[in-house]
Amino acid sequence: MNNKGVDQSKRQFLTSALTVVGAVGTGYLAVPFLAQMQPSAKAMAAGAPVEVDISKMEAGQLIRVAWRGKPVWILNRTPQVLETLTTLDNELRDPLSQESIQPESSKNPARSIKPEIFVAVGLCTHLGCSPTFRPEIAPNDLGDKWKGGFFCPCHGSWFDLAGRVYRGVPAPTNLEIPPYRYITDTQLIIGESAEEASA
Amino acid sequence: MKRSRITECNDWFLERFPLTKLWNDHMAHYYAPKNFNFWYFFGSLALLVLVNQILTGIFLTMNYKPDAKLAFDSVEYIMRDVNWGWLIRYMHSTGSSAFFIVVYLHMFRGLLYGSFKHPRELIWIFGMLLFVALMAEAFMGYLLPWGQMSYWGAQVIISLFSAIPVIGDDLSLWLRGDYVVSDATLNRFFAFHVIAVPLALVMLVFLHIVALHEVGSNNPDGIEIKESKDPWGHPVDGIPFHPYYTVKDLVGVGVFLLFFATVIFYMPEMGGYFLEHANFIPADPMKTPEHIAPVWYFTPFYAILRAIPDKFAGVIGMGGAIVVLFLLPWLDRSPVKSIRYRGGIYKKALCLFVISFLALGYLGTQPATPVATGFARLFTTIYFGFFLLMPLYTRWEKTKPVPRRLTPVHSLEEQLPALIEEITVLKPASTEIGHTAFKGSSFSRQPNPEGIKNVISRLAKKAIGSLD
Repeated sequence: MNNKGVDQSKRQFLTSALTVVGAVGTGYLAVPFLAQMQPSAKAMAAGAPVEVDISKMEAGQLIRVAWRGKPVWILNRTPQVLETLTTLDNELRDPLSQESIQPESSKNPARSIKPEIFVAVGLCTHLGCSPTFRPEIAPNDLGDKWKGGFFCPCHGSWFDLAGRVYRGVPAPTNLEIPPYRYITDTQLIIGESAEEASA
Repeated sequence: MKRSRITECNDWFLERFPLTKLWNDHMAHYYAPKNFNFWYFFGSLALLVLVNQILTGIFLTMNYKPDAKLAFDSVEYIMRDVNWGWLIRYMHSTGSSAFFIVVYLHMFRGLLYGSFKHPRELIWIFGMLLFVALMAEAFMGYLLPWGQMSYWGAQVIISLFSAIPVIGDDLSLWLRGDYVVSDATLNRFFAFHVIAVPLALVMLVFLHIVALHEVGSNNPDGIEIKESKDPWGHPVDGIPFHPYYTVKDLVGVGVFLLFFATVIFYMPEMGGYFLEHANFIPADPMKTPEHIAPVWYFTPFYAILRAIPDKFAGVIGMGGAIVVLFLLPWLDRSPVKSIRYRGGIYKKALCLFVISFLALGYLGTQPATPVATGFARLFTTIYFGFFLLMPLYTRWEKTKPVPRRLTPVHSLEEQLPALIEEITVLKPASTEIGHTAFKGSSFSRQPNPEGIKNVISRLAKKAIGSLD
């Protein structure tokens, strides 16, 4: 066969064009496969809000409920605890929660709608372990500086009883506060924010 | 002459498939250096463990259920009710630890004899990809029993991806398929663990071996045997892989299986290192165990993660500890491959590196106290120093002249009589009872303190001298 009749530039163009078309097609075909790994419609629906009755909670008590499969804490804080919280600002990384995730209604020093009732997602902002509730003051294992709070056993992060992170620990931000609102004085709904309800 | 049926069948087959050629190219006429030592067992052992994992894995999937509600109980069902289920599961779980032991030793061999250097860079890259795939395989397999450690280990490792700026949160959501580690995560990890990653592993093993057989094996002297060939074109210092190394590797397999079976039958949990205690409690998304640690083979990298007091930098450090291994062929500037002819500086650096790797592995299993974190930072510095300073210290290194041919190997059998002669002394046997066992010999060997002292001081001198 003779090669003289071959138009090399046309052949090159056709090869390139086919490659580009093939790559685009492959790209489109990849979308359904990659997208099917996203949370399914059912998993999204399971993110539905959860109602919690807090009428029977005693002072200092912590209850855990599951929302979107995550542990959510509801803590009834005593006046002493609320007082302690105001004294910690110097030891905290983000005392005013400027860089942390919370609904607007909880962006205050106590990080809650009503000061005594604290609601938070019970997962450390470092690598997602669930910190342990350690309300006691200066226990042996945590030392004198411990004023009561949440301690993450995985990598040793410290949080106060408003979920605010201490300085010098691996967790970067305060514990996340989920959107929540009060239906009545003793009924909470987690997963719907006060802002959305009033809008 | 009449051709037999078997010969005819044989010919029919060989005209259609190049079996003889494949066999000769990769076994019977594949020439490997004649001086392979103990360290050269671990490649073939890694292949053996891979086969073990695939076979036992197939049988485990026959009874395992990848469902968050059923997984934990199905593993207990395999352990208690399925015939020989305990054996198959322990072969698989011990196999995963054995895989890492064998692979770490195989990689260390590469560091000793410069097997990653020119012209074997690509073999090293394929090997590193195998190592990464193996880590992914082990990590995803560890979620399947759906115990507490499975659950929270996966939670922590997937959260590592969320530290990546901008795309991190969406990426970890995509990996989990849910807002937390859940049934969706378990199901997809099962799919990756039993089909996707094993396929990748097998393909990479194929590439690793094809690349190896193209350039030929390195050896403890780090000399290219292809540079001296006999008139028939075979390397003079090479011997055919089959039967010489197939038989030698069989001995390695025998010794390996002895240890492997001992672990399976007598210590399958290895005191909580191979199967962690907290994993005998079903996964509870509401409560993290008091102390969580990855399985031992991840602990060096985990210790690096914890040593760095910043989330994103920690993840970078952990990833960098693996990425830097990929770059090894280009970091090492020494013209000499084998540690036998390298300068003392590399020997000392390698020594420090091994110590810090083992120490990080230990620290990763321990709670992160301030003292432990301080040590972890020191060893992390040494770990990275070994690699990042390598372009400098390997250039200063004073290497020894490399011979053109392989150096003769003194076998243990040759050395042993002289050694025994030196450390013992021949004394006339006393006529007490009990010595009648030495038929007719009126002398008996007794330890010679002077000789033992000489041997020890000679060994110590040699060890110190070899560091220069």
